[in-house]
Amino acid sequence: MTAVAAVLRAEFPVLETLSRGRATVYLDSAATAQKPQVVIDAITRFYAHDYGTIHRGVYELSERATLAWDAAREEVARFLGAPSAEEIVFVRGTTEAINLIAESYLKPKITPGTTVLVTEMEHHANIVPWQLAGAKTVAIPIFDNGELDLAAAERLLANGPALLAVCHVSNALGTVNPVAELVRMAKRHGVPVLIDGAQAAPHLPIDVQALGCDFYCFSGHKVYGPTGIGALWVRGELLKAMPPYQGGGDMIDRVTFEHTTFARAPGRFEAGTPHIAGALGLGVALQWLQSLDRAAIHHDELELLAYGTGLLGEIPGLRLVGTAREKAGILTFVIDGVHPHDIASMLDGDGVCIRAGHHCTQPLHHRLGLQATARASLAMYSSRADLETLAHGLVRIQRMFN
Amino acid sequence: MAATDEMYQAVIIEHARSPRNYQPLAAPTHHCDGRNPLCGDEVSLDLVIDADSKITDVGFQGQGCAISKASVSMMTAAIKGKTIAEARELFDRFHALVTGEPTDEAALGKLVAFKGVAAYPMRVKCATMGWHVMKEALTENGERRTED
Repeated sequence: MTAVAAVLRAEFPVLETLSRGRATVYLDSAATAQKPQVVIDAITRFYAHDYGTIHRGVYELSERATLAWDAAREEVARFLGAPSAEEIVFVRGTTEAINLIAESYLKPKITPGTTVLVTEMEHHANIVPWQLAGAKTVAIPIFDNGELDLAAAERLLANGPALLAVCHVSNALGTVNPVAELVRMAKRHGVPVLIDGAQAAPHLPIDVQALGCDFYCFSGHKVYGPTGIGALWVRGELLKAMPPYQGGGDMIDRVTFEHTTFARAPGRFEAGTPHIAGALGLGVALQWLQSLDRAAIHHDELELLAYGTGLLGEIPGLRLVGTAREKAGILTFVIDGVHPHDIASMLDGDGVCIRAGHHCTQPLHHRLGLQATARASLAMYSSRADLETLAHGLVRIQRMFN
Repeated sequence: MAATDEMYQAVIIEHARSPRNYQPLAAPTHHCDGRNPLCGDEVSLDLVIDADSKITDVGFQGQGCAISKASVSMMTAAIKGKTIAEARELFDRFHALVTGEPTDEAALGKLVAFKGVAAYPMRVKCATMGWHVMKEALTENGERRTED
């Protein structure tokens, strides 16, 4: 275990629990990350001491909750390098963020020929919302190693899609996409760009202004925060022009039975009593994350990824899926003669938590000619020992089935 | 030994590697397809049922984990020669076994190998999918079912 990981690991109480009677080896952080004590404590403290609804109460508890909510929005803006917290919309997660953009930004522009350019490696959440809005999805192809074909991207951008919607980091392959370059290409063709940052937020520094994209979204629970909360950044002028997504409380200006006018952004997109404690927890998670030496953590994670790549590479019959030159801490693989669900199930017996299946990327698996894959994914608390336990289990499984 | 080894009995792994009755039938009287969209498992089951409601031939094809594949393979071996009523009874016994309900384990024969699945609720659907497909194939008595 690296020095940084050893210190950080102690912050995550769930890692001390047992799984199937064994020490927990948590290697499913790309699905959801575990929570540091500081986030757990902040949420508990908030409910125990400061909880009330936001915006509506004149009493002190409501005031405290409102301040916490606003502070969390500021924290998200800092995390994304957004010019203003007014451009941050709280959502349930990346999925809702993309649905919001599909519904509010794209749908009013839909014509029979509208296309949204995605990639072959997209998560279903970055495919289905566009289709629901009435657009056709066209995918930028990938090479067999999991890297995007940028020449094809250039050609497809020239066809005039309404939007380029691309993941910053692939959840299934670990590929870090050259999003800055894609944005530059898209801008040359006048195509706005949405970046799905669900997998990037825990691993990479993000600066939406430097990237030059128009929409960026991520989920709280993958970045050490709570579930049920995420954030969407929309370029100010686009956000101002977007109609409401859902109707209800908090998003209005004035309501009559004849006519309703709406609140300014971001409130216009936040109907109903929101996940206040979730936003607070997300703010604390981001603040905590940014207080750490992220460069050192990232460096350690890449070392760990290389170590894991080497370990898995020695296992007979194992093939890594996704070998892009630039990757985040995701090790996806298949083993000859063993179904991924059996791999995951048998590792579970060793206390090892990994994911098996299509990882919500059926088109990608179809492209790769695979039904399912197994995926081990890393976070800041992952260790060499975790990967050694994984490899040890995989050798045992490989022997049992062959 | 890892806890889950209890679920992966040698007979299960053996059937998963070399499934029995693993081919489509030329002239099935009953047929049903099943699919689990969450995990991508697929089963296509053919049956030949004679005038006395006896299952005289069984064939299947599909994709899935060892638990699901072995479960269908062992099911096909178990129901061949049984009547529809007996096959349904076996379904109930098997379902009880993998969900931890009391049942006559002796009547299940080799299928008792799946008892370990009961400790893993997330895997029960893997063990039972083929059985549900079988039950569905039997619903339209004497008629060939087209694909669902």
